[in-house]
Amino acid sequence: MNRDRINNGTGTNFDECIKCTICTVYCPVTAVNHDFPGPKQAGPDGERYRLKKPYFYDEALKYCLNCKRCEVACPSEVRIGDIIQQARLKYSKHAPSLRDRMLASTDFVGTMATPFAPIVNGMLHLKPVKKIMDKVLGIDSRRTFPSYSRELFTEWYKREAENEQLKYDKHVAYFHGCYVQYNYPQLGKDMIKVMNALGYGVILLEEEKCCGVAKIANGLVKEATRDADINLRSIRKAVKHGVSAILSTSSTCTFTIRDEYTHVLGIDARDVRDDVMLATRFIYSLIDEAGAKLAFRRDYHKRVAYHVPCHMERLGWAVYSMSLMRMIPGLDYVPLDPNCCGIAGTYGFKKENYDYSQAMGRPLFDEIERAGVDLVATDCETCKWQIEMSTGLPVQNPISILADALDVEETKKLNNL
Amino acid sequence: MVYDTVIIGGGMSALLCGIKLINAGQSVAIVSTGQSALHFNAGALSLFNHKNGKDVAHPLEAIAKLPPEHPYSKVGMESIIRLAPEVRKIFKDAGITLNGSEEKNHYRLTPTGMLKPVWLSMKDYAVTESFTDIPWGKVAIINIKGYVDFYPEFISAGLELAGLKSEIREITSPELDNLRKSSSEMRATTMARVITSEVVEKLAADVNKIVEETGADSVIMPAVIGLYDETPVDEMQQKTVCPVRYVSTMPMSLGGMRAQLRLRHHFKRLGGTYLLGDTVASGKIINGRLESVTTVNLGEMPLAGKNFILATGSFFSHGLEATASEIFEPVFRLDVNACGPRDEWYRENLYDSQAYMKFGVVTDSEFYVYKDGRRIENFRAIGAVLGGHDALKEGSGGGVASLTALKVAECIINEKENRHE
Repeated sequence: MNRDRINNGTGTNFDECIKCTICTVYCPVTAVNHDFPGPKQAGPDGERYRLKKPYFYDEALKYCLNCKRCEVACPSEVRIGDIIQQARLKYSKHAPSLRDRMLASTDFVGTMATPFAPIVNGMLHLKPVKKIMDKVLGIDSRRTFPSYSRELFTEWYKREAENEQLKYDKHVAYFHGCYVQYNYPQLGKDMIKVMNALGYGVILLEEEKCCGVAKIANGLVKEATRDADINLRSIRKAVKHGVSAILSTSSTCTFTIRDEYTHVLGIDARDVRDDVMLATRFIYSLIDEAGAKLAFRRDYHKRVAYHVPCHMERLGWAVYSMSLMRMIPGLDYVPLDPNCCGIAGTYGFKKENYDYSQAMGRPLFDEIERAGVDLVATDCETCKWQIEMSTGLPVQNPISILADALDVEETKKLNNL
Repeated sequence: MVYDTVIIGGGMSALLCGIKLINAGQSVAIVSTGQSALHFNAGALSLFNHKNGKDVAHPLEAIAKLPPEHPYSKVGMESIIRLAPEVRKIFKDAGITLNGSEEKNHYRLTPTGMLKPVWLSMKDYAVTESFTDIPWGKVAIINIKGYVDFYPEFISAGLELAGLKSEIREITSPELDNLRKSSSEMRATTMARVITSEVVEKLAADVNKIVEETGADSVIMPAVIGLYDETPVDEMQQKTVCPVRYVSTMPMSLGGMRAQLRLRHHFKRLGGTYLLGDTVASGKIINGRLESVTTVNLGEMPLAGKNFILATGSFFSHGLEATASEIFEPVFRLDVNACGPRDEWYRENLYDSQAYMKFGVVTDSEFYVYKDGRRIENFRAIGAVLGGHDALKEGSGGGVASLTALKVAECIINEKENRHE
C-alpha cells in the first residue's frame, strides 16, 4: 500500500485522519487527565490550526506521553504521536526546567552517581532527601528510584568480557543503553550469555550516548540531536565493520533510534534502520530462519505475565519476545491486555504527573495482581520500575528470563558449537 | 514465521474465524492495521433486516431468495442454520451474551427512538419481541448530566409512538462531573472507564430514587456502562429496583468496543497471535498460491501460512480504496466487482440503493479470491470486503461478517481432516 499517499508539504500525514476518534478511546492520558485534549484534537485536528497560526498551539500537549498507542489504534495509519511531538518541539514556549534537564540527562547523572552508588542509593531512599527533591525540584517523593550500580557495565565488560567476546567468529554490537550502563549491568551480562550460547560474540559500539528519548520528551532537541549523531556515527561504523546487527535490550531505545531520529528529530537514520533491532527479534530470526536451537533447563518452573511496553506495541515486535518465552517448557505464559503502565520514562517521576501516572497504570496493576504469577516480563526498563513499585512483583526483561532458563552447554551442543 | 492460517484484518470477522480455527487446533496469526470498524457497532448484529425498503420479520425466508452472487447464497442455507448458533457460542465463550434467533428478528430501540429489526443483541440493550405491547410499562429515561451523545427527547417521542409513557431525568456523580472539564471528550467509552463498582452503586441509588419519584416500571439509559466486560451491567441490575435497559450512543460505541476487546482477549488467551498496528505490505504469489506476506513492522521476516484469509473490511477500513477513476483492493490488487464509469457507481439521492455498496472482492462459491482472473488456491475472503451484498440497505453486515467467517473456517478445518484421511 502507498503509505504516504498524499504529500501535503508538511512532512506529516495529518490529512489522512477521517475523524473516527478511535485513537482517543485508546489514549491512556485521556482516560485520566481531562486537561489533555486527546490525540485526535492534539494531533491531526490541531495541526490544521497550527499550520494557519502558531497561536493555536495548546500547552496542554505536554501531557502527551508519546506512548504511540494512538498510532497503533489508528485504522488510517496517521502518525498522530509524531504530529504531537513535532508540534511540542516546534511551538512550545515552555523552557525545560532544571528538574527536566536532570531527569533527561541520564548519561551525566549516571556518570556522577555510579562512583558513589551505595551513598546515592541510600540517600535516594531517605525520606528527608525525597521530601527536598519533591519540594525543590518537583520530583515526586512517592516514586521509588532505580538503584545505581557500583560499576558501569562498560567497565565490567572491558575487564571481564571483551577479550573473550572478540574470539567469536560472528559478532553483534550491543547498544546497552543507560539502564544497563548505570543501573542494571546484569541485563547486559544476560544478553551476552544468550548470544554466546548461540555462537555470537557481543561487542560494544565505539561510542554510545543515551538514545535521546528522555531529552526529546523534555524538549532538549539540541542535546538529543547531538547524542543521536554520535550514536549513528558509531552504528554506521559497526555496520561497516560487518557486525550481524546492532542489538538492544530496550524497546524504547530501539524504537527511538529506528523511528524517532527520523520522524521527530528529522535526522535521516533510514540507512541503518534495519540493522538496529531488539535482541529478541534477532534471536527469533536465528531460530526461524537459520535453524538455531535453544535448550532449556528442566528445573525452570515459573508462571510469567508478559506486559508489552507501549513502544514495543508500536514496533509491533512483541511477537518475538512472546514466542521466545513460550519456547521455554517450564514457563507458564500469561498474556496481559494492552495497557500503558503509566510511567512513560521521566513523565511519571514528575510531581505534577505522579497521580495521573499511577491512575493510568491501575488497570494493568489490577490485572497483574489477579494473574497470580511469579514474575512479570517486559522489554522496557521504566515499565519495570513502575510495575515493581506498584505491584511488588519482580519484573525481568525477556532476555534475562531466557538467560535464566537456558541450558548453555546443551544449547551449544545443539548448535554444533 | 509459519502459521497454519494468517488472517489479514482484525475485526469481528477475522476474530470469529481465528477463534474457530484455533479451537480446531490450528495456529493462527491476525494482522490488523489499527482498530476495527467493530468500534462503531451498536451492540447488535443483523442477519437480514430490510427488503425493498420494508422490515423483514423472518430473515431466513428472505435469504433463501437471494441471487447466487450474494455471500449468503455462497454460505448456503444449510450452513447458515448450522453456524448461526455457533456465533452466539463463540461470543459467549469470549464473555459477551447475545440474545436472538435467526428464525425471527426482534427489534432494538435506536438512538433516535425508532424500533429496528435485529438478529442478535447484547443482553443489556433495549430490545423487544414485537412492535406492539412492549412490556416496559412507564419508562424513566435517565441521561448522564452534560452528556451530549444521547438524545432522551428522541427516545421519549419514539416510546410515545409505541404507546409508552416516559419521563426524562438526569443523574451524575463526582467522577462523571469531573469529565465535563473537557466536553469534547465526554464520550461513552471515557465515562465507562470511570464507572467502577463504587460509581455503579452511587448511580443505582440515584436511579432508584428517580424510579420512586416517577413511578416508572423500567429505566432506559445511554450505553455507558461495561466497557471491558458485562460485570458493571450486572451490578447495576442487581442494585436497581426495576429493569434497566441501555440504548446505543454516538460512536465510539460501548457495545462494539466491548465485543472487540473480549473477542481479542479470548483469541489471545487461546494462543492466537494478534499483530495490532501492523499492515500487510506485499504478498508472494507462486503458481497460484499465496506463499507468504510481508508486513511493515516485521520487515524482511515474512509471515508464511498454509492458508490466508482476507478480512480487511470495506471502504472505512481500507479493505477497498477509491480514487476518482478506480475502485481497488489495495494490498494485493485482487479482482473486484466494481465496474462501469464513475457515474454508475452511485446515485445522487443518498438514500437510494448505491451500487458502490455492493462493490468488493470477487470470490467464487467457496470464497476463494482471484487476481487477474486467476484463482489463488489458498486465499479466501470473508466479511465486509466481499462483493455482492449491500450491508446498509439489506441490514446484513453482522450476519455476512460472522457467517462467512465461520463457513470459511469450517472449509479450512474440513480440508485438513480430509487430507488426514
